[in-house]
Amino acid sequence: MREGVQRRGAFGRLVRNPLGAASLLVLALLVLAVALAPLLASQGPQAASLAHAFDGPSGGHPLGMDSAGRDVLSRILYGGRTTLGGAVVSVAIALVLGVPAGLYAGYRAGRFDAAASWTADLVMALPAMVVLLASRAILGSNVWVLMVVLGFLVAPSFFRLVRGIVADVRGEPYVDAARVSGLSDLRIVARHVLIVVRGPVIIQVALVAGLAIGLQAGLEFLGVGSGSTATWGAMLNEAFQNIQRSPVLLLWPGLALGVTTGALVLLATALRDALEDRAGTPPRRRRADALVPADVSRDDRAELLSIRGLAVAYARPDGTEAEVVHGVDLDVRPGEIVGLVGESGSGKTQTAFSVLGILPDGGHVTRGSVIVAGQEVAGLPERRHRRLRGTTVAYVPQEPMSNLDPAFTIGSQLVEPMRHVMGLSRKDAAARALDLLRMVEIPEPEQVLRRFPHQISGGMAQRVLIAGAMSCDPALLIADEPTTALDVRVQADVLDLLRRLQAERGLGVLLVTHNLGVVADLCDRVAVMNGGRIVETGPTDRVLRDPQDPYTRRLLDAVLDDAPPRAPWRPVEARSETA
Amino acid sequence: MLRLVARRLAGGAVLLLVISLLSYLLLSIPDNDVGRQLLGQGADQAAVDAKNAALGLDRPALVQYADWLSHAVRGDLGTSWFTSEDVTQTIANRLPVTVSLMLGVTLVTAVLSFLLGVWAGVRRGAVDRFVQVLGVAGYALPGFLVTLVLVLVFAVKLGWFPAIGYTPFDESPGGWLSTITLPVASLSVASIAGVSQQVRGAVIDVLRQDYVRTLRARGLSMPRIVLKHVLRNASAPALVLLGLQFVGLLGGAVLVEQIFGLPGIGSMTVTYTARGDIPVIMALVMLTVLGVVLINLVTDVLIGWLNPKARL
Amino acid sequence: MSTTASPTGPLLSLRDVHVSFPGRRRRARTEVLKGIDLDVRPAETLGLVGESGSGKTTIGRAILGLVPVASGTITFDGERIDTATAARRRALSRDLQVIFQDPYTSLNPSLTVGDTLAEPLVAQGGDARATRARIAALLDRVHLPADAAHRLPREFSGGQRQRVAIARALALRPRLVVCDEPVSALDLTTQRTILDLLLEIQEETAVAYLFVSHDLSVVRCMSHRVAVIHRGRIVETGESAQVTEHPEHPYTRTLLLSAPVADVAEQRRRRAARAAAAGDF
Repeated sequence: MREGVQRRGAFGRLVRNPLGAASLLVLALLVLAVALAPLLASQGPQAASLAHAFDGPSGGHPLGMDSAGRDVLSRILYGGRTTLGGAVVSVAIALVLGVPAGLYAGYRAGRFDAAASWTADLVMALPAMVVLLASRAILGSNVWVLMVVLGFLVAPSFFRLVRGIVADVRGEPYVDAARVSGLSDLRIVARHVLIVVRGPVIIQVALVAGLAIGLQAGLEFLGVGSGSTATWGAMLNEAFQNIQRSPVLLLWPGLALGVTTGALVLLATALRDALEDRAGTPPRRRRADALVPADVSRDDRAELLSIRGLAVAYARPDGTEAEVVHGVDLDVRPGEIVGLVGESGSGKTQTAFSVLGILPDGGHVTRGSVIVAGQEVAGLPERRHRRLRGTTVAYVPQEPMSNLDPAFTIGSQLVEPMRHVMGLSRKDAAARALDLLRMVEIPEPEQVLRRFPHQISGGMAQRVLIAGAMSCDPALLIADEPTTALDVRVQADVLDLLRRLQAERGLGVLLVTHNLGVVADLCDRVAVMNGGRIVETGPTDRVLRDPQDPYTRRLLDAVLDDAPPRAPWRPVEARSETA
Repeated sequence: MLRLVARRLAGGAVLLLVISLLSYLLLSIPDNDVGRQLLGQGADQAAVDAKNAALGLDRPALVQYADWLSHAVRGDLGTSWFTSEDVTQTIANRLPVTVSLMLGVTLVTAVLSFLLGVWAGVRRGAVDRFVQVLGVAGYALPGFLVTLVLVLVFAVKLGWFPAIGYTPFDESPGGWLSTITLPVASLSVASIAGVSQQVRGAVIDVLRQDYVRTLRARGLSMPRIVLKHVLRNASAPALVLLGLQFVGLLGGAVLVEQIFGLPGIGSMTVTYTARGDIPVIMALVMLTVLGVVLINLVTDVLIGWLNPKARL
Repeated sequence: MSTTASPTGPLLSLRDVHVSFPGRRRRARTEVLKGIDLDVRPAETLGLVGESGSGKTTIGRAILGLVPVASGTITFDGERIDTATAARRRALSRDLQVIFQDPYTSLNPSLTVGDTLAEPLVAQGGDARATRARIAALLDRVHLPADAAHRLPREFSGGQRQRVAIARALALRPRLVVCDEPVSALDLTTQRTILDLLLEIQEETAVAYLFVSHDLSVVRCMSHRVAVIHRGRIVETGESAQVTEHPEHPYTRTLLLSAPVADVAEQRRRRAARAAAAGDF
């Protein structure tokens, strides 16, 4: 029932979209006009009177006459029958062939999938026009037969579309859950797969219909397939022969063809928007000039990083703003590790990104002051903020693999910033890269420099990222959940590494994390964040042992470190007897 | 990499063999009495039979195929049944026209698509909307319709370029350029529409990747990141499409060569397929499949170079 | 053919189970499970701890029939199930259920919560009225409001979605539920409430859990017994207190010492112990 509501919703969105409504209307009118051709046209498409050749528009012949003195309107309307009919044939055949095969191949994978995919790739690679012409030598020159062949040629586009979607869905845990729930494969396909495939297939139908109409007209233009019947392609060909004498004859069949295929493609675009329920244009990034400076004195502020009254907001699609950080105060002194703890959505990462000036599109600092090594960075132009990155403030991200560019070697990714930010020569930068890898305790650093990211482990990738962050000798390190994606043993190693680097170099570290154990391990002070605000700040030992804020207390209560191990199991019967 | 190339070439050879066999057998199904067609309705049956025997058509289709194959592997594609031209020679004469057309289109497409796509993906705004409108329009309008409009405007109305004809490059480079410009332009519209959309989408995807943020955090400037990292990572999907489009251009070339009267492979396809001239059709089919195999190979090698993960 | 297990005998047994995945591009198959022996007794929770790639998730999937077993046997309630036919598998869903890690992908985004919960009930041939009543009871059981049935998953938080996933697993009153990292994707405070719910349900329904997790502290308080898996082999099994307080295997010891605790002094002690034990494993 809910699903029905949704579907109506999608159709409603389609009709409300001016593009969707207009293209639907155009297509409906077209079908109607073509169906009513005998009523609308004053004479048959073949009735010719050479005396009236090239006549302009007149009462009974609103679009004039062609080179053989035939009524242009009549030929367009009757030609439309072949055009639309042919498109229906092609699309129907492509659907019948492509969709079930795609469903089966995507769901079952295995040999059928391999064979079908290979065939589909091959057919897709062949130029349809050439194959159609070649098949004419075998099958003869009948437009309907050729449209059947075209159906075969475009079937792979449905196959690939459906197969791809189904293969994705098949791996979804909800499909596994349905299987464990006892649903048969047929039921899973009907319930979980068809619903996902439906929308894209409808879109593809519109696109393929447009394509089929274009190819069909192309064939007819070449004089293939239509024989003596009136078709848009044949009309274009005749008009082209007489292009010097009466160029206007090109207009009507050209317009009919362009409007039809255009309406189909626009319909597909509108359908896609309606099905995806896409909001309008993405929010544009706002200039920083809207910034409200915080009214704060400079005295009690840490010299390395000092945040006062920081607010971060994101532009919503409707033009309003959503504030996600509401006035944060935070300090990091040189040589100090400060933990910023909170649950997902607390605003801790947004705070960290504000310091680096790398908030995602739409996000910006609206209020407050962020001083990094004596420099105010809130509202600082990108170019000047950039000069601080790498050399003054550096960043260690959460997910090691996705933060290395897969297309470049480890060495080149380490060397590049050193050359552009520090201005080192290639040779010096390469030597320094090697030292950096040694510093983060990577074995066989010479070989690792030559490897690509996918050839190293996650733990090693995280060390490479730490090396990259240290490469230009920063004073402040912003580490955003640097160990969350790692296994505990690797996490412990990376924490040791961070501790050693910090001690050796007197780094200040802002460590963003959700893990209170990591905080206990590494941090001198900790700030607890909830709902975009800092609720408590203090020395780590004090905050963990004697939390003042109720939220901090709740957080600590949820920690299972001190929870007792579960008592040994007893048989169910024994239990009910004592109960 | 070498192993990939070798394996692909071997696979391509098998594919050529299979498709040639299938095509030959399929083409032999219609009972075209070629001898009768050549000699006319008035010729007596004995002469027709003799003609068919001379062409080897009195033998079973498989034997004919084996004969064709044994010559084809040596580069001899036989002679046309209807015009007695040497097929290999005819193709060699016409191929440069089509290839220069296709290379021209691919070059124009690659350059303009990447410019437009990257610009649209990075700056968004007005350029982005333009690329999207172009994408829809280029996809929606049948290519030959675009061609007709270009001919009408630039050749008929403005007279800047000839509407018809071809000047070989070695005869007159200027003449070649003026005869090839409109065909290239008309085929490029749809290609650019498709590829620039793809580049735009890929650029937007790559810009959202974590490593772009990390590179920014290292102090690299956005233009540098876009030129080096975004472009390289966004190129692979665009190259796949470009490869597909290149082959698809063979189809587009048929219409465009016909409209502009270019003496290439495309117009040859139209003429010869109508009559069931098996030696010529077979040559065209082989040429197409060979083109497909080679293009896929080039695309795969390029992608392997761009994306180390795809390397074997 | 199914012989009811004795009250103290195992409900589920794995004996020398091997699972391998086909290698990419004609490379050799990689063996993920290298001879697993496990027992889960009725109403017992067996915790299964391991790092990523250790094969812990694969054990759960093998039990559920989602990956094929290369050799060895899996027995449920006296019946061998690793070789079960597709039809028998569907029937087994009455007894064997699952809760996945990610509450965002384990619910179909386009089905209402009610439709998702109805799925196992309808598959086993329940009538409409009984199904509705059961769904209401299930939502109540996992402390979700009754009107949740008419809403889509995207209207719920991660913790609430995980409650829906738990309700789905409970729909057919199973005797064993494979919990595959059921709280790893959740925030700390939500995590605690979900764990409490799972314990509550076990008290009430005597369901057995195979509780798979990378987090020793979670496994410790949830499980009667704990098994530690490393590179496709079980390296240690025992009572929860035994394994998590006096581990025998060096791997378990490193694992234990590596997990940081939210207490500065205690964590300092562990760090020293870990440094001292370095090289042990």
